[in-house]
Amino acid sequence: MSFPWAKQYTPENDFMKWMDSRLPLPRMVYNAVGAGYPVPRNLNYFWNFGALAGLALVIQILTGVILAMHYAANVGVAFDSVEHIMRNVNSGWLLRYAHMNGASFFFIVVYIHIFRGLFYSSYKAPREMVWLLGLVIFLLMMATAFMGYVLPWGQMSFWGAKVITGLFSAIPLVGPALQEWLLGGFSPDNATLNRFFSLHFVLPFVIAGVIILHIWALHIPGSSNPTGIEIKGEQDTIPFHPYYTAKDGFGLGIFLIFFCILTFFMPNFLGHPDNYIPANELSTPAHIVPEWYFWPFYAILRAFTFDFLFIPAKLLGVIAMFGSILLLFFLPWLDKSPVRSGHYRPVFRKFFWFGLIPCIILLGYLGGAPAEEPYVMLSQLASAYYFAHFLIILPLISMFEKPIPLPNSITESVTGKPLESAA
Amino acid sequence: MIRLFGILAGLGFVVILLYSFTFGAINFIKEPPVKAVEYQFHKHPEKPGFAHEGVFGKFDRGQLQRGLKVYKEVCAACHSMNLVAFRNFEDLGYSEGQVKTIAKNWATETPSINPETGEVSSRPSLSSDQIPSPYLNDVQARAANNNALPPDLSLMTKARHDGTNYVYSLLTGYTDPPSDLPEENRPGTGLYYNAYFANLNIAMAPPLNSEGQVTYDDGTKASIDQMAKDVSAFLAWTAEPKMEARKSIGLGVIGFLIVFTFLAYLSYQNIWADLKAQKRKD
Repeated sequence: MSFPWAKQYTPENDFMKWMDSRLPLPRMVYNAVGAGYPVPRNLNYFWNFGALAGLALVIQILTGVILAMHYAANVGVAFDSVEHIMRNVNSGWLLRYAHMNGASFFFIVVYIHIFRGLFYSSYKAPREMVWLLGLVIFLLMMATAFMGYVLPWGQMSFWGAKVITGLFSAIPLVGPALQEWLLGGFSPDNATLNRFFSLHFVLPFVIAGVIILHIWALHIPGSSNPTGIEIKGEQDTIPFHPYYTAKDGFGLGIFLIFFCILTFFMPNFLGHPDNYIPANELSTPAHIVPEWYFWPFYAILRAFTFDFLFIPAKLLGVIAMFGSILLLFFLPWLDKSPVRSGHYRPVFRKFFWFGLIPCIILLGYLGGAPAEEPYVMLSQLASAYYFAHFLIILPLISMFEKPIPLPNSITESVTGKPLESAA
Repeated sequence: MIRLFGILAGLGFVVILLYSFTFGAINFIKEPPVKAVEYQFHKHPEKPGFAHEGVFGKFDRGQLQRGLKVYKEVCAACHSMNLVAFRNFEDLGYSEGQVKTIAKNWATETPSINPETGEVSSRPSLSSDQIPSPYLNDVQARAANNNALPPDLSLMTKARHDGTNYVYSLLTGYTDPPSDLPEENRPGTGLYYNAYFANLNIAMAPPLNSEGQVTYDDGTKASIDQMAKDVSAFLAWTAEPKMEARKSIGLGVIGFLIVFTFLAYLSYQNIWADLKAQKRKD
């Protein structure tokens, strides 16, 4: 953090002085999430979700490491070992249900975090790297969650693995060989389960590493804020601790209440009953659906039903599904509007609330629906809007939109009085 | 430059999707999709109401014991219960001694080997044994059931949508096929019409077919409806034996979190008091 008014860390006693000159870990924490990190004073509740996502990862790692002590990654016993956890391991049911629903809550808070970034254009300069690293975390999360869902070796585990690895077989020439290499065989089997377990265990630590980079990159320019204007003076900021640690504490309580209601009272609400049937490669479920957090992307995949020119529909679907996430990497350069916050962008705001948000919700619903009409037609229209929104509408808006005048400073927008000492 | 590429790529996706949509729409108008027969005749499960439903719901121990009796005397002839051990029956309110007796008298014995000769044999079950399967393997199970495999029942109520109600509805839902049911959807040989079953025709003959099929120890009248309800409740327990602990711990946790969140809110308000005072009043 390069702001001149950032509070400096001063070790309070001899031990801390000794420590500071040898391993300044307390100084690092102080500057990262303590009083040494000055933050805009006007952050709203949408800024709580980054910290909550970090907490969700901690919940997943803690419960996951203990579950791994009791789980057996072998197709012969994987299903029963999960039930052994549910029935015989002390509080095993709690660990497993918390881990199951923890994955869903991780995605809920991360989706809110991402859409916060989209509405307030947090991806714009100078925070492009924060956005890009965030998307890397998102991709790693999706891979981790997918492989985790395979581990109980139920019907949806098996058929989900078959469908998702099958996507790679759409790639011309190398596709089928690539799928075989990913699975370690011609169809999901013990080799698949074992490598998925290994990767599912290690990737969360990779995510933790990228989160450190994400926060590091954030701390260079400092946090964005709901007005989207940069900090102009000390008055615009407050120290992270105690102000935002207190606010995050309250947010944490609300998050945990929702999380615990689901975990303790409706633990299977977000799951699929077929995954309580042991995997059976001879019996295909009537509808193969992934976990709810993949539904929007699954809808895009299935929207491509006709070959176009010489490109097969399946390949188009795969390109579009990966493209729908990869395009987000180009957002900082697609949206050139100098104004960040959606509050001051009248046209952008309308397309966000009445275009993008309903489109994503509709795609989510359609991804969970069976692959029948009229769902397929609707998903074609919704997918078309999704791509049009990011690749056509957003660049065009940023060329023609007349933004609403911005306040002079963060302090002025909060107190109504001008910033006294503009730096 | 990036924006130009972006707009072109975006147009590409939109054109392909609208192209697919147009073809889909033309097909849709030309030949509107017919609803599958299964959709028209399939019924959603009835809701008879169970003691263990809801936030405060607890299993009715008497009902679980009756349900065990139905399972033991009716279902267990064909359906295994691999994930449940006899020792778990202590949760139903049986003493250690009673569980030992149940295990010893179970119709199927636990597979074993003769300690002298090493030959395959069986022995009476102990409390620590899992409930033995009625068949040695799936091949034998299919051979005895007209090539249909009776599924394991341990997790049945979690492996179907609205599982407990589904099991109850299925057991009481055998009827004659409706007169307007197309010929190809009518039950073939060895199949029975049941509107609650996914494809309407189930290979299981009506298992609960006469009043008093089971004699309850507590004097409850064993009507078909009563037996179906009791065994459904029992299967809810086998699928989720820790449900009561989960709910009672959950109530404590939520209570704690409400207090914690309230205190966290107060401390947040307290710390921000000086800042909030500066806020403009509009």
